[in-house]
Amino acid sequence: MALNRDDKSPLFAPGVAGTLRLIVYLALACVLMVLDHRGGWLANVRYGLSILVEPVYRIAGLPSQGFQAATVAFADRQRLTEQNQRLREDLLLANAKLNRMASVAEQNQRLKELLDTQHSLSLNVQLARLIGVDLGSFRHRIVLNVGARDKVKPGQVVIDARGVMGQIVEVMPTTSVAMLITDPNHAIPVTVERSGLRTIAYGSRAGDMLTLPNIPVSADVQVGDKLVTSGLGGRFPPGFPVGEVRDVAQTPSGTFLSAQAKPAADLDRSEDVLLLHDLAEVDGPPAPAPNVGPPASLAPDPNAPQPTLPSVTSPTATPLPARSATAATPTGTAR
Amino acid sequence: MNKVRVRQLWFAATLLISLFLMLIPLPGPLTPFKPYWPALVLLYWCLQSGDRVTLGLAFCLGVAADLFDGILLGEQALRLTAMVFIALRFRSRLRFFPMWQQSLAVLGFLLNDRILLLLIRVFGGDPLPPPEYWISPFVGAALWPFVFLILDDLRARLRIHEA
Repeated sequence: MALNRDDKSPLFAPGVAGTLRLIVYLALACVLMVLDHRGGWLANVRYGLSILVEPVYRIAGLPSQGFQAATVAFADRQRLTEQNQRLREDLLLANAKLNRMASVAEQNQRLKELLDTQHSLSLNVQLARLIGVDLGSFRHRIVLNVGARDKVKPGQVVIDARGVMGQIVEVMPTTSVAMLITDPNHAIPVTVERSGLRTIAYGSRAGDMLTLPNIPVSADVQVGDKLVTSGLGGRFPPGFPVGEVRDVAQTPSGTFLSAQAKPAADLDRSEDVLLLHDLAEVDGPPAPAPNVGPPASLAPDPNAPQPTLPSVTSPTATPLPARSATAATPTGTAR
Repeated sequence: MNKVRVRQLWFAATLLISLFLMLIPLPGPLTPFKPYWPALVLLYWCLQSGDRVTLGLAFCLGVAADLFDGILLGEQALRLTAMVFIALRFRSRLRFFPMWQQSLAVLGFLLNDRILLLLIRVFGGDPLPPPEYWISPFVGAALWPFVFLILDDLRARLRIHEA
């Protein structure tokens, strides 16, 4: 091996200039981190630099894509036939269920119209594919191949065939990043399906489980209970499966029960996911209507001469909009 | 001049490839075993041609990695700068180490890097990571001889080729 001789690195005497430069760079990095942590403008920078970043994601996703293509190409006929058969059966079953559900759904629709509620069973979704990119280990995030050009917005809910996967946290022009429900920084309001108990499921630091750390001791929670989204908080629509309770134990302090749940969605296997378009209905009072009172055209003209006689006018206020839920900002429990 | 350019290109290409390797996912259960590629490649260049690797370069590579990673801008910049500083300071001695000692030194660098990352994350309000968090430096150290020999071999070949 050729020795690269240089005079700049003496064996034992380190330079002062190097240390100074180190301090400057470290300080710069710290400033960047603090600014980013406080202001969150990394997203803006990344949005601006997405021309650079997105092709890299696509290229970095190629190996895993190629791996999948290879497994399909080299899978033996037997297995593919079996898989095909199984999918056929699933489809048949699902169709049969759907046919039976159709009449029920219609009836439900009619009843709901009678009750004048806004809920509907139909889903407004968009299909997205995962891009196989590793955003750092112990970071429960996935990259999807849809972005701002496909009208994706932060906060949209990501689901797969089995349940809730997470929500969009960052949008770039043609890709977006979603946070999984198992992220330690994520929380999702849930209901225990059997007993109706409302609580919150957090991601866990160990990875593929959810923790429900504060259930009252008297509450009725058992192993095997299904968790569904409760719709509170206005981010996740109600009724989607979240997970299944696997373990219930008392917290060390004894004041609460703490449960572990396994996510219903295939967090590490799903390739195709769905993005929900309509967010949950925001609870709480509707936002104040922006213009209450008589319309501006009825306002007295300050330049007009005062009428000599007091004229009697009937105030014609604009009617309050019945529901302005969309105007209210969701009080999300995203983080 | 052509020779210089080829070498520059090779230098830039290895750094870019290390960033790609960082982004490419490993199959599920192997994920915690993924070594920190940019650090390994940067360490190689530190030892092989220390005049080309400066703190500024480490900082820029770190910022680029942060942009791709999208976690916290400046996190990897800080880690890589600190690591390159230590590596450059002990460079003359490290180069004369036998391979197994070099591997141990790399293990030290990578563990130090993990501790830094842990500090940053805990300051940022994240919970403590699971025990698998500490596997990656050992994998990196185990891979070090191979990384070193492969990169060295490729470099030698390039030089012969262009001569």
